[in-house]
Amino acid sequence: MLTSDSIIAIQAHNLNVFYGDFRAVKDVDLSIERKKVTAIIGPSGCGKSTVLRSFNRMNELVPSARSEGQVLFMGQNIYDRQVDPVEVRRRIGMVFQKPNPFTKSIYENVAWGARLNGFKDGIGKPSMDEWVEHCLRKAALWDEVKDKLTQSGLSLSGGQQQRLCIARTLAVSPEVILMDEPASALDPIATLKIEELMRELAEEYTIIVVTHNMQQAARVSDYTAFFSMNDDRAGYLVEYGPTTQIFTIPQNKMTEDYITGRFG
Amino acid sequence: MSTPTGRIRLTPHFESNLPSRNRKASLWQVLFRLSTTIGMIVLALLLYTVVNQAFGLVAIDNKVDPASFAVDGVQIEELDQETLIAVIEENVSKGKFRQLEREQPLAERTWEEVYQVVIDDVVEPKDIVGTWPLVESLTRKEEILAEVEQEHPQATVEFTSWIDPQFVTSPQSSDVLEAGVRTALLGSLLIIAITIVVALPIGIGAAIYLEEYASDNWLNRTIQTNINNLAGVPSIIYGMLGLAIFVRMLEPLTSGAIFGLTDPTTANGRTILSAGLTLAILVLPVLIINVQEAIRAVPNSLREGSYGLGGTQWQTIWHHVLPNAMPGILTGAILSISRAIGETAPLVVIGAATYITFDPDSPFSKFTTLPIQIYQWTSRAQGEYHNIAAAAILVLLMLLLSLNATAILLRNRYSRK
Repeated sequence: MLTSDSIIAIQAHNLNVFYGDFRAVKDVDLSIERKKVTAIIGPSGCGKSTVLRSFNRMNELVPSARSEGQVLFMGQNIYDRQVDPVEVRRRIGMVFQKPNPFTKSIYENVAWGARLNGFKDGIGKPSMDEWVEHCLRKAALWDEVKDKLTQSGLSLSGGQQQRLCIARTLAVSPEVILMDEPASALDPIATLKIEELMRELAEEYTIIVVTHNMQQAARVSDYTAFFSMNDDRAGYLVEYGPTTQIFTIPQNKMTEDYITGRFG
Repeated sequence: MSTPTGRIRLTPHFESNLPSRNRKASLWQVLFRLSTTIGMIVLALLLYTVVNQAFGLVAIDNKVDPASFAVDGVQIEELDQETLIAVIEENVSKGKFRQLEREQPLAERTWEEVYQVVIDDVVEPKDIVGTWPLVESLTRKEEILAEVEQEHPQATVEFTSWIDPQFVTSPQSSDVLEAGVRTALLGSLLIIAITIVVALPIGIGAAIYLEEYASDNWLNRTIQTNINNLAGVPSIIYGMLGLAIFVRMLEPLTSGAIFGLTDPTTANGRTILSAGLTLAILVLPVLIINVQEAIRAVPNSLREGSYGLGGTQWQTIWHHVLPNAMPGILTGAILSISRAIGETAPLVVIGAATYITFDPDSPFSKFTTLPIQIYQWTSRAQGEYHNIAAAAILVLLMLLLSLNATAILLRNRYSRK
């Protein structure tokens, strides 16, 4: 499947995640290829989001959460003691299910994260204005907001808000972007825009997307990971491979049932 | 998953109950409207009572024939100082005489000064012989005039507003017509300033810690429970606490003696500083709970968004949590401060002065406050004191209203962003 280490962005080894005594994710081994879109699909409660959030240590914000095993990012275990989660989250950005722009202007929404992480302009380097424009263009939002940069980010429509959230993630120059059902709160047209955006962004960034929508996974992703849960409700990885293979010749009966809609 | 029962066709029967449901709904609506109406009536009655007392007719008897004070046929202009003092002692109340002596012994004053006292306090003493509330003054004006004419032919009757600029700027006085709330107002404002300076940073800081940093363990749960309970402790208990800690234990500090600002032999801890600190402790639990509420209302998705961009915990709190919680924090702060302004019992316990005529000029001054002044005036038997008490209540209400207005302005400024 995935062999050469150099093309691997994130590698999970024996990843187990617990909420208190409850094991939500069990023994996950997963390698994510660089500059590709990887989709994580599976039934509700199978730990898809938990796995995604453990890739940039967002899970730690849940008081009772605890992770075991390794998540290697560029060969470094992000759970090592000397690794600062703040730096991990800068390099592995995240876009959430519900658009959550800051209660600031559109410009500030993008500039804030960059400034926070020590953005400095200079000779041969972009100014903040140029950088904000660049990120908004990348998120395919510039033309819609260029005349109202000082307006609140909350004044935008849901789809625009989500693209603003993508723009602000790009502004801190991450290498990986995690997307947790980024289009589930949007209408089909806004969804399509986000999907097109994912394809474009995959030229520069590694993208991991959790989705409930199997057509979406089939449309946008290069690789697909199918998760399910066993009897004690712990999620585990059932099958992982190129999207075309998962959707046409799944190796596992459960994957086939799920994909053809005969799940449960 | 299909179940066997799915195949059996059941036809349910629904009894028509819409009219009775609607009846119930409108009954509740009427009840809710009734409770609002009762609240409004009570509020209107309160305002009516206060305003009714604060304006109205006053009969002032200030025309006494100077000739009636002539001693042995000698007119008062020609009396010597000693006899004038005797005239004063004979004609003013004992308390008034003691007060005059306290201001400056009459024997030590010049003849002109003593003569002036005779004119002011004996010949034209401006004795209030009757006051009438607003409504009565408007409806029974003729009768009142006739009544006064009959009983006090010398008296003049005029319509008075007990609350006027002079009332706000004059210090406390034993003469009702001269008395004002300046001392009490300044005392209230200084105390509140200290309360704000002490309570706001501590309260907001504690709330941030409890909401954002404190982990869910036994110790923090105990602290939280205790804060909730402290919010319900009667204010007089806080007065006892303030008396024990600030007035007694920390007396060198709260009296100012440690800074050499006051005479150590007369200094005591019953000062503005003690009062402000006591009220700060009193409002802290409520303030912390209010600010916690405001912080909790900030959606978690904002925090996640900030963390997801590589924000530290402090950057998340400072840039996102606090600005979004600010309207709620301000509302909570103003509610707590308003409560502190109206507090009387704890200040009585820590020893507010009931009668002082000089302005409080430092945190180490003796003090009185508006509620204490109001309480003191309402407990007097003479009707005219009730009038100035009503006027003082209006001053207090205006102070509260302007504070609330400031809060609303600030809140709107923050929530527009």
